[in-house]
Amino acid sequence: MKKGVMRPGHIQIRVLDMDAALGHYCDLLGLIEVDRDDQGRVYLKCWTEVDKFSIVLRETDEAGMDFTGYKVIDESTLEALENELNQKGYPTTEIPAGELNGCGRRVRFTAPTGHSFELFATKEQPGKWGISPRNPEAWPRGLKGMRPTRFDHCLLYGDDLEGNLSLFIDILGFDLAEQVVDPEGNKAAIFLTCSSKAHDVAFIKHDEKDKFHHASFWLENWQDVLRAADLISMTDTPIDIGPTRHGLTHGQTIYFFDPSGNRNEVFCGGDYHYPDHPTVTWDAEELGKAIFYHDRELNERFLTVLT
Amino acid sequence: MSSAVHTISLSNRDSQFHCNEQQSLLHGVESQRIKAVQIGCRGGGCGVCKVRVLSGDYSSKKMSRKHVSADELNQGVGLSCRIFPLSDMVIEALD
Repeated sequence: MKKGVMRPGHIQIRVLDMDAALGHYCDLLGLIEVDRDDQGRVYLKCWTEVDKFSIVLRETDEAGMDFTGYKVIDESTLEALENELNQKGYPTTEIPAGELNGCGRRVRFTAPTGHSFELFATKEQPGKWGISPRNPEAWPRGLKGMRPTRFDHCLLYGDDLEGNLSLFIDILGFDLAEQVVDPEGNKAAIFLTCSSKAHDVAFIKHDEKDKFHHASFWLENWQDVLRAADLISMTDTPIDIGPTRHGLTHGQTIYFFDPSGNRNEVFCGGDYHYPDHPTVTWDAEELGKAIFYHDRELNERFLTVLT
Repeated sequence: MSSAVHTISLSNRDSQFHCNEQQSLLHGVESQRIKAVQIGCRGGGCGVCKVRVLSGDYSSKKMSRKHVSADELNQGVGLSCRIFPLSDMVIEALD
């Protein structure tokens, strides 16, 4: 049942070298720099996003994800979810308004898999980049790189998938769109949605807590995925796999790495999910086909290389 | 001007490869299609290409502290995607 969580709002990614990271995220991937703060963090967005930013880069001495935040419909919903999280065993920390430039107060908590999540209701809305909200043109001139339209989701690896399932479904109102189940009935992967997208967050079972697999960005079509692949080759950017199609969600995809070793995905297409739809299940024995629909074989790196 | 090419030997694998000073050790491994070191993110973030340098000179770029501590770094342990040879080297793969 929907609880007022609307969409992925932001993700803060740790990078080893900010200049190299900006070359990757702005020139190759094609995100737009919108702000910097006194901590040295750089704020980026995709062009169709109405809110001020979706990606925050922080330079430090290790790679990975600091946290990811979801936008809820209003401040009263934020307060209700904050109360419910605390009552049900997920103690929250309030991050004051303005700690991220242009963002209202955030409510942070730790998921059973060890990842830091946030909810927030307010963020400055300068609108889509480069086009007017009145009589808007189809797209703005001057986009760079892969020209992604939005930050779509992230995939995280961690141990307690059952715990996350309960948190995301019972408290945050997500639906389980797709899953991978082993012969004993244990969940090996869960793909959760708070919209009609195939996933707004996904988790894969892994022994360690708090691992980051990838941040994913939406492209319009398969031709754009092939063009992204060309750009990855032109720049000798480390590639993981693709272009190919997933069995899970059926998205058309390519994976590559940023200069700090964080994995990125750009993808298009794929399934949709409404609240009355049954969960799509893949059997763990079919995991190769579930992850890479054409090769039908997992590359070890996809399961083990994490930040 | 092309940079000097060095020979890198692996003490615990029966293999060696060549690598110039602009190439990371992992790049050298990959370009010669040998399976001496595990290939991961190639960016110093994931930790799977960890090696110990037993002899030889090298320069290195920043790598994730989560996978290589300051002590390890001082003892010649590092990620092969961030290590660039300045002489012939002997290394040990740690995966």
